[in-house]
Amino acid sequence: MTDPILKIDAVSKRFTRKPGLAERMVGRFTGGGKPITVHALTDVSLDVAKGEVLGIVGESGCGKSTLGRVIAGIHAPSSGSVALNGRPVADERHGTVHKLTTQVQMIHQDPFASLNPRMKVGETLAEGPRYHGIIPADQVRARIRALLEQVGLEGAYADRLPHQFSGGQRQRIAIARALAMQPEVLVLDEAVASLDVSIQAQVLNLFMDLRHDLGLTALFISHDLSVVRHVCDRVAIMYLGRLVELAPADQLYADPRHPYTQALFASIPTVGTGRGRFEAIKGEIPSPIAPPPGCPFHPRCPFAGPRCRAEAPRLTGAGPARTVACHLNDGGVNMQRGAA
Amino acid sequence: MTAALDVKGLTTRFETRAGHVTAVNDVSFAVQPGRIMGLVGESGSGKSVTGFSILGLIDAPGEVSAGAVLIDGIDLRQLSDEDLRKMRGRKVAMVFQDPMMTLNPVLRVGDQMAMAVRVHRPMSKPDALDHARKALEVVGIPSPAERLKAYPHQLSGGMRQRVAIAMALLHSPSVIIADEATTALDVSIQGQILAEVRELADTTGAAIVWITHDLAVVSSLADDICVMYAGRIVERGTAEQVIGGPRHPYTQGLLDSIPALHEPGRKLPQIPGSTPQLSRLPEGCPFRPRCPRATDLCRTEPPLDVRDEQAVLCHHPLERA
Ligand SMILES: Nc1ncnc2c1ncn2[C@@H]1O[C@H](COP(=O)(O)OP(=O)(O)O)[C@@H](O)[C@H]1O
Ligand SMILES: Nc1ncnc2c1ncn2[C@@H]1O[C@H](COP(=O)(O)OP(=O)(O)O)[C@@H](O)[C@H]1O
Ligand code: SF4
Ligand code: SF4
Ligand SMILES: [Mg+2]
Ligand SMILES: [Mg+2]
Repeated sequence: MTDPILKIDAVSKRFTRKPGLAERMVGRFTGGGKPITVHALTDVSLDVAKGEVLGIVGESGCGKSTLGRVIAGIHAPSSGSVALNGRPVADERHGTVHKLTTQVQMIHQDPFASLNPRMKVGETLAEGPRYHGIIPADQVRARIRALLEQVGLEGAYADRLPHQFSGGQRQRIAIARALAMQPEVLVLDEAVASLDVSIQAQVLNLFMDLRHDLGLTALFISHDLSVVRHVCDRVAIMYLGRLVELAPADQLYADPRHPYTQALFASIPTVGTGRGRFEAIKGEIPSPIAPPPGCPFHPRCPFAGPRCRAEAPRLTGAGPARTVACHLNDGGVNMQRGAA
Repeated sequence: MTAALDVKGLTTRFETRAGHVTAVNDVSFAVQPGRIMGLVGESGSGKSVTGFSILGLIDAPGEVSAGAVLIDGIDLRQLSDEDLRKMRGRKVAMVFQDPMMTLNPVLRVGDQMAMAVRVHRPMSKPDALDHARKALEVVGIPSPAERLKAYPHQLSGGMRQRVAIAMALLHSPSVIIADEATTALDVSIQGQILAEVRELADTTGAAIVWITHDLAVVSSLADDICVMYAGRIVERGTAEQVIGGPRHPYTQGLLDSIPALHEPGRKLPQIPGSTPQLSRLPEGCPFRPRCPRATDLCRTEPPLDVRDEQAVLCHHPLERA
């Protein structure tokens, strides 16, 4: 890799929480009120190059948002480290997480929830840069207007309230707010997921323009494989808190190697392939509270062998610039090493 | 063959502070037994209101102001409230995005399904439970006998949606209307359910209206497609016609903006502007302010142009060879 700006090294994140009402009723096996541990991320390592757009794909609950938050310094990892330009992004002391950088900014799915309804858009945009002294006070107004224009809105919109904007416009405002902090890295968490296709195309075009104009590095989290293919250079596929495949986008789509990636691609309806072609993945997504032993995909994997039930596969090289966590790529599934 | 569902000129209005809005405007389509009709459009285009209007579930300040809804030849709009209630559940059933709209959280799955069976058909509780178990089997629920004993919250989101679909199937209805039924589910679970819905239409002969904003879903699931914009069906045809050769500029624009159909990294063709508010529609064609083909003629109501069963509401439809 040419110039890794962001290094995610063996990151695991566990959440411990009290069981909910439903869980207490369902899971009498948890022993009533005992705390539950959710394995949101397990041993995730990734390098992101400067100027790269890395896609993070997977089904709900696989840890995409948690990874985004760990990178943005909102959560501290339970173990492992995240460093931007060699410096940690967060620091946890006495159970409190301190964000150490403004250089990573996050954009969320629901643009309305992330904007203060009573604050004029210009004020919302100015808040962060003012607080952190990123823009000199006498330049804030002009800069905010310029930012609004940069995301395809009118400068005069600074004086309006969020409810006066459509969903697509609000997402542009959320992007402008992140850019106001002059970040090196953007984390977009399902940022176009709630937009209609015609509006989604507009926001994707804006993102591609900004990325080139500003040389942004970005993590693009999405469950939509065709959107990811369109805007990302490289793609990481996650399953149950683990990274299962990492490859340049063109190679991944042309030739997915991990059985889960293959199954995911096959089960997704696409426009124009004709009707009735669903090769659905069997079974349900297991719970991250009690992930299956060995390979987390083994209960649903058509290729699973004895080794898969006993031993978690490592990420191993599968050609230049790509890695896969599957025993098929690392000696086969039938060895009994470590089997119970 | 009589259509299982025949919707003619359906029009639904709401009284709002901004005056009357017509959320469903002169909508007509028919669905034959065993076929799946995909009703697709962006948010606010009137898909859900169409579904509710078909079932006669529009409450004040809304009103179905015109049209007919025929199920197996019977016009629901001519029925008494009592008869309409009997039709609902028995002849036509609805599945929602959130299965908890259908399921009762405080009752076991089996108990509520048995109740639903016995509302329309006198039978013993064990028989009703057995009937429920079979319905769960049809939608691919593993160990259905055990699931009957579960409460809804003990099931995953995908399982709950399957139970809601099974509930809809209890009386072998002629028509099932599903509104964004897989939108909240993960792709792998969505894939499973779509495969089952397809099989269901093929084997039971139910006519299905599959409402979604997702063109990829309708394109791979539906036999026929209706595209809605601002309360109107602007294009209607077989899935091959509408996806493979759209004639309405809006359908064309929608398909063009899908990333999957373009080389990665390229700028996507985009429809300018945003979806209009119903209270502020332009005169004539509602798509005019965003349409690349618009002319002065488009200030007047567009005509229905029909060619080989493919119908578009447009003054200047795209010509196909
Ligand atoms: N703050 C939290 N407290 C407890 N559990 C959490 C928290 N955030 C996420 N989780 C759990 O961690 C897992 C991963 O969640 P998330 O990262 O949101 O996944 P995704 O974004 O891929 O849907 C889920 O099981 C989720 O319930
Ligand atoms: N109860 C209501 N009162 C007023 N307007 C309504 C009501 N329900 C729906 N509408 C309007 O009808 C239009 C169509 O809504 P809907 O059918 O829910 O759209 P879709 O399902 O296509 O997203 C929207 O503009 C919405 O604002
Ligand atoms: S390690 Fe085994 S179970 Fe896991 S994906 Fe590979 S073949 Fe399937
Ligand atoms: S009627 Fe005119 S404005 Fe409307 S879609 Fe057709 S060409 Fe465009
Ligand atoms: Mg998430
Ligand atoms: Mg709707």
